[in-house]
Amino acid sequence: MNPAPLLQVTNLSVDFPVGRAILGAARSWLRAVNEVSFELQASETLGLVGESGCGKTSLGRAIVRLVEPAGGRICFEGADITQARGLELRSLRRNFQIIFQDPYGSLDPRLTIEDIIGEALDIHRLASSSSDRRSQVAALLQDVGLDETHLARFPHEFSGGQRQRIGIARALAVRPKLIVCDEPVSALDVSVQAQVVNLLRDLQRDRGISYLFIAHDLAVVEHISERIMVMYLGRIVETGSASEVCGQPGHPYTQALLSAVPVIDAQSKRKRIVLQGDVPSAVQPPGGCPFHPRCPVAEARCRVERPILRELKPRHWVACHLA
Amino acid sequence: MCETPGNPASQRVLLEIKNLQLDFLQDGRPVRALDGISLSVEAGETLCLVGESGSGKSVTGLSVARLLPSPPAVYAGGEILVEGRDTLRMSQDQLREVRGGVVGYIFQEPAASLNPVYRVGTQIKEALKLHRPQEAVDREVIRLLSLVGIPAPETRARSYPHELSGGMQQRVMIAIALASRPKLLIADEPTTALDVTIQAQILELLLSLKKQFGMAILLITHNLGIVSEIADRAAVMYAGQIVETGPARDVLAHPLHPYTRALLESMPRLGVGSERLKAIRGSVPQLGAFPGGCRFHPRCDDARASCATDPVALLGTGAGRATRCPFSQ
Repeated sequence: MNPAPLLQVTNLSVDFPVGRAILGAARSWLRAVNEVSFELQASETLGLVGESGCGKTSLGRAIVRLVEPAGGRICFEGADITQARGLELRSLRRNFQIIFQDPYGSLDPRLTIEDIIGEALDIHRLASSSSDRRSQVAALLQDVGLDETHLARFPHEFSGGQRQRIGIARALAVRPKLIVCDEPVSALDVSVQAQVVNLLRDLQRDRGISYLFIAHDLAVVEHISERIMVMYLGRIVETGSASEVCGQPGHPYTQALLSAVPVIDAQSKRKRIVLQGDVPSAVQPPGGCPFHPRCPVAEARCRVERPILRELKPRHWVACHLA
Repeated sequence: MCETPGNPASQRVLLEIKNLQLDFLQDGRPVRALDGISLSVEAGETLCLVGESGSGKSVTGLSVARLLPSPPAVYAGGEILVEGRDTLRMSQDQLREVRGGVVGYIFQEPAASLNPVYRVGTQIKEALKLHRPQEAVDREVIRLLSLVGIPAPETRARSYPHELSGGMQQRVMIAIALASRPKLLIADEPTTALDVTIQAQILELLLSLKKQFGMAILLITHNLGIVSEIADRAAVMYAGQIVETGPARDVLAHPLHPYTRALLESMPRLGVGSERLKAIRGSVPQLGAFPGGCRFHPRCDDARASCATDPVALLGTGAGRATRCPFSQ
């Protein structure tokens, strides 16, 4: 048996209103996340991949309770946090933090680095005095590869990679057990991406943090994750170990996604599967298998019957009739 | 660069940039953004300009048809020969013939390049009116839309840009660029804002258009994978200079410059597992703060004392290759 998971998500759904009538009632709802279930163990990295609009960001935000779930349950260390409110939620938030894609947009330009990181300590009353606060912030900066000479500087004085390090230091300030990383390296230059990926791995090794690592870059996700979930139109269509999902993908969507990644090795002449069309609208998702309109191998029953996740091999699940 | 004069192929050279120097005025003072850029694109060829943010790759692409407003841009030296004529010496009327006529552009954000209040068919027709007025008819608009792979082109011609997905918008931009039958398409990060599955579609479209019309492509990207998939030749840029150039396959398989090598090693690759990535230390230098000597020396693992002081030239090494590192193996 596995140890009790750090995070257990059961049938989680997230809805967004689409268009409003005159009196402010939603005209229709878009189901961004549709009955998603998964577990995350302590000091594990779970990768979440999918195209834009598949619901991966909404899922990440729902888990740290930045958006309200429409249904389902989120359990953190065995306790149901789905309904947590106010002070209870605030103290829970110490356990889970989030890092965003845009290191430019997520730091207050008018605060010094000391205050940006110190604010997190203040909110959770983790610093006993201003000198303690300063030394904690300085230690955090050191942990992410910056130093105390940066304390009094402002965000605009830093490069993109350094700003992402500041974002990571702020998340670390409250000593979280889980960090949701939402496209943490996709805004960074290629030469700087590797620094931040290595930093995240070192921090995990030293502190036993778990990551939900959301990204569209499959190579980065395969590199950093132990397990990967592939999402399409709000649903998980495949999940398994990183090497299985990327090495022997079971779902035609995962296969297409992998074959679409431009690779450098000239000798590996893979058969490319070019998907036709775009991701359909989540407002009116296709019936049957949500992927069938773009699927190169779809059959008659795929149009009417939605496949559920099946365990193809131990711990490798695929939602496809034909897998 | 490394093209030998009198080469028979040089008659097919569409674009030749010679020793281009470009400054930006910052607080009234010139700051050098491009330093001695030389490159050429032949008819029917795909050249990829690869680099990170601030390397000058987009500025190089934009300067071909002089699309950068001047000031702040100041062309401080060199030549940009489009079919043998220097765009730096052209009048506005002559430039207008080059823009669209010989050189077409597509950019990263198609939504930002399309006019939101006109139907896409109208916008394609407008491009036709400018360059092929006698063919500015609905039939030609629809032909162009189907050429770039837009399903139901008759219906789609009546759509507004916001009604189309990002991939479809980029196809419309390509249709607008094709309206003038350009000989050279400059594509500046054309797939960066798109999902990988849509990126694959657009790259495939570009390759098929190139085959069909013998169109040359200058593709600007930060993605070395795209270079491998689409380029005949590649030029790697760093801090306003070309640091390495050569046939794309050779540059990627046997990089000569330490920067190219480090960039390739720092990328995670599919199916390789989870070994620690070899990161490049430091960050990309900003405009106006390019280091002296070799500009890559503060981040280079192989730097020697002389690298910090001595300027380095881009030198040919044979087989169409050149590197801006005297210590390249």
